[in-house]
Amino acid sequence: MNWLIILGLIPLAGAFVLSALPAASELLAKRIALVTTLAVAGVAIAMATQFQRDNVDPQFVQSYSWIPTFGINFAVGIDGIALVLILLSSLLAPVVVLAGWNEAAGGRWSVKTFYILILILQTMIIGVFSASDVFLFYVFFEAMLIPVYFLIGGYGTGARAAAAVKFLLYSLFGGLLMLAAIIGLYVLSGEQGGHTFDIAALSNLQMSSTTENLLFLGFFIAFAIKAPVWPFHTWLPDAADSAAPGTSVLLLGVLDKVGTFGMIKYCLVLFPNASKTFTPLIITLAVISIIYGAMLAIGQKDFKRLIAFTSISHFGFITLGIFAMTTQGQSGATLYMFNHGFSTAALFLVAGWMAARRGSSTISDFGGLQRVTPIMAWSFFFAGMSSLALPGLSSFVSEFLVLVGTYTRYPVAAIIAAFGIVLAALYILIPIQRALHGPTTPGNESLSDLNLREKIAIAPVLAVILVLGFYPSPLLNVINPAAQHSISQAGFSDPLPTIETHSTAKVGE
Amino acid sequence: MVSFDIPQLSYFLLGPILIVLCGAVLAVVVEAFLSSRTRPKVQLGITLVTLVAALVQLWRIRGATTMDAAMGSVAIDGPAILFQGSILIMALLGVFLIADQQHFTVVASTLPGSSEERESLQSGEQMTEVYPLTLFAVAGMMLFPIATDLITLFVALEVLSLPLYLMAGLSRHRRLLSQEAALKYFLLGAFSSTFFLFGSSFLYGYSGSVSLSGIQAAVSSSSGNSVFLFIGIAFVSVGLLFKVGAVPFHAWVPDVYQGAPTPVTAFMAAATKVAAFGAMLRIFYTAFDNAYWEWRPVITTIAIITMLFGSFVAIAQRDVKRMLAYSSIAHAGFLLSGVIALNKAGLEATIFYLFAYGIVTIGAFAVVTLVRDSQGEVTDINRWAGLGKRSPMVATAFSLFLLAFAGIPLTSGFIGKFSIFSAAYESGNTLLVIVGVLSSAIAAYFYIRVIVLMFFTNPSEDATSVVIPSFLTSATIISAFVITLFLGVFPSPFLNFISSTATFIR
Repeated sequence: MNWLIILGLIPLAGAFVLSALPAASELLAKRIALVTTLAVAGVAIAMATQFQRDNVDPQFVQSYSWIPTFGINFAVGIDGIALVLILLSSLLAPVVVLAGWNEAAGGRWSVKTFYILILILQTMIIGVFSASDVFLFYVFFEAMLIPVYFLIGGYGTGARAAAAVKFLLYSLFGGLLMLAAIIGLYVLSGEQGGHTFDIAALSNLQMSSTTENLLFLGFFIAFAIKAPVWPFHTWLPDAADSAAPGTSVLLLGVLDKVGTFGMIKYCLVLFPNASKTFTPLIITLAVISIIYGAMLAIGQKDFKRLIAFTSISHFGFITLGIFAMTTQGQSGATLYMFNHGFSTAALFLVAGWMAARRGSSTISDFGGLQRVTPIMAWSFFFAGMSSLALPGLSSFVSEFLVLVGTYTRYPVAAIIAAFGIVLAALYILIPIQRALHGPTTPGNESLSDLNLREKIAIAPVLAVILVLGFYPSPLLNVINPAAQHSISQAGFSDPLPTIETHSTAKVGE
Repeated sequence: MVSFDIPQLSYFLLGPILIVLCGAVLAVVVEAFLSSRTRPKVQLGITLVTLVAALVQLWRIRGATTMDAAMGSVAIDGPAILFQGSILIMALLGVFLIADQQHFTVVASTLPGSSEERESLQSGEQMTEVYPLTLFAVAGMMLFPIATDLITLFVALEVLSLPLYLMAGLSRHRRLLSQEAALKYFLLGAFSSTFFLFGSSFLYGYSGSVSLSGIQAAVSSSSGNSVFLFIGIAFVSVGLLFKVGAVPFHAWVPDVYQGAPTPVTAFMAAATKVAAFGAMLRIFYTAFDNAYWEWRPVITTIAIITMLFGSFVAIAQRDVKRMLAYSSIAHAGFLLSGVIALNKAGLEATIFYLFAYGIVTIGAFAVVTLVRDSQGEVTDINRWAGLGKRSPMVATAFSLFLLAFAGIPLTSGFIGKFSIFSAAYESGNTLLVIVGVLSSAIAAYFYIRVIVLMFFTNPSEDATSVVIPSFLTSATIISAFVITLFLGVFPSPFLNFISSTATFIR
């Protein structure tokens, strides 16, 4: 049996088991969810050990005929980039379940429903990263919205229904544009030797440059909304604000990566020429995202919105890395996706615990937390340092790679983007200073520190951030060949170094 | 001496229609002679048996392909079987809903508010004329998409329309609204029939023939005065576009959908669309296909306006039935894209879409029949708030139907939309695809708004209750639910079946 299919079926099986439970047995539901997500994480790691990292062809390939009339296959197969993202989602899911142990309590529906939605979502996430059939990808891409919609609308806070609708409408709009582009591909493939949705076959299609540009835009706008890239970002702060912290982690940490993943796997591979044509525009949008997200993050008064805007800035970096069209940029971008997932998860979870204890997520309501709740405060500090890419923590490696990779081709963009790092220091350090340091503000004296469950949840996240900061090679070794392959598929080669290398023989003389 | 040939009719091939007509006549007799106590059950039995028998007969003739079933007036071919089968299945599900006589006026002939009406309500002697009317309408619908000459087409159009006009006026609650709807439907329908007949006469004048193949031959050889042809196409199209509810011939749709008893709306919305689009496909694909240069731009424009208009106006609706009515207008626009495609993919896609859409429509209206208060059905959208809390199953079913209307993957609506847009794209109509996709995005807004109301809004003061569905109503909702999901996940068997059979004969 295929690894990917097993991986995708586990959460689905867990969801089935949960649906058979009576609504009253909440604790059992949580335990089943935790065990299921842990099992997925275990299987994902086992799968990763089986992955041949130097092989650039899709691995764990499996294909079943699904709708032969349209040439649609249920086909899966992953490269290094997809593997890293599947790992990310599989590792974060148990953390989310454990960290948000009591999150579902304030929901519209039962606790059990919450975990059913989470598990179904996990299956779809694995599906969307594994699909090697464009139609199958689209099905997961769209169907994924439904559980998220109910998670935000049913288990969020504040104006949750409105935020859920906004999220869904933005995503649906993008998805429908992509559908039009997919139909275009389908018809073109029919004209050139038979209807198919196989990515490899579609990447060989001949099309006029107008067609290619239009189809590219159909895909790119959908991904740019999902990622989100300025100016398609406005749904994100609302969604992150209203969703429960665990949902936000899944939304920003994992789901939004589908957008940037799609840019690599679909935009570049299917439409290499159009990618080239639009690169200047996209680089500009990415740089604007970086600076704009950072500027707005500085101005936020609320932790959740702050993290949402920092993510917009970070997604700018990821997009920049992807469209820099260098191996370093692309590897950096992929690593960034992974690291951003973890550092955002840490930020959101700790901020969520702070908010749950204080009953507010407004930054000015906090102060002097490090005295009252040292472990919680230092966890937040640690996550914040990762978010601003402190050397020694994981985000630094990826941000550095993206900037280096961009500089070799687009020096101006890289220089402007580098200012994003300076702004990052501001948007992270100011709230840290206000909330964690200084005198303890009234109302904070009796806050409790992290309990054992919360410590167990956050510890692995922080550990991953630290370890990958010093030793990113296990991931980079998997990512690099895939990134190189995708760059060369898009018809680019890395720019040669401008400095000539001297022969080492002379030095020895 | 004038010789007179005995018409050669193949009773075997015409069997499905004849069975339905026999059942209808029998139902009329029962209505006249049986006591009011036993009538409802007997009528329901007759109707169901008739429809099932017709389906069985249809299965027996499934492989037939001939023009000779009725002296060249009807074509028995793959699409004919598919249209007739769809109509019969939808009629079955519709009759399940009609079986709930709570929706129908006791004696239709009494004046609303009169003392006769009160008396009839007290006596409780329920009239059941809706059953024979349904069967007559079904017979007309089955004839409409297989007719191959203009006279038969017109007769079928009238046979299907007249019972529907009456059925629209049978509502028990809000009778004035219902009767107004019936009258509007009748007057506008009569106009459109006239247009159809008028167009037919021009086509006869142009080609010297009333048969579709004769017209096609005349178009191919471009004999005759082409002005007659254009006028003929235009007026025949008006008649057809009226029946499918395309803009600007849509004015009756919201009123009739709202005023008619909901089970009738369900049946009519689903089955009439199949019949009318079936006839439209046959006429445009077999008679006017060589003149496509003349009609395609016009129908394309109408399709675009219809999609956009239906989607935009639906946003403003506060009544569930009116919202579904405008959504059906938008869907008529999508379906027109398939007609315009004028290729085999378009034909197959339209047939699939018609079936998928019809089933979803019946399911959605079946849910509407369940949400009631003491005054009958509640169709005010705001009073559906919190439905998900009180009756999660019903709200979930309705959500699935709405998602299918919106074309979300894993529902039949998505496969339908995909196939119809790819057919349109294949025929080179990129603009239609883009407009279609955009109006789907607009439409998604109001479908989702209803889901939000049901699940994310707390119930208002004058909350409604969901009645416990009868066995037959549950059967309708469950079948629609299962079919919608099944066609969304495993459409292949049905798609293969369509593509292996869907070829028009001339």
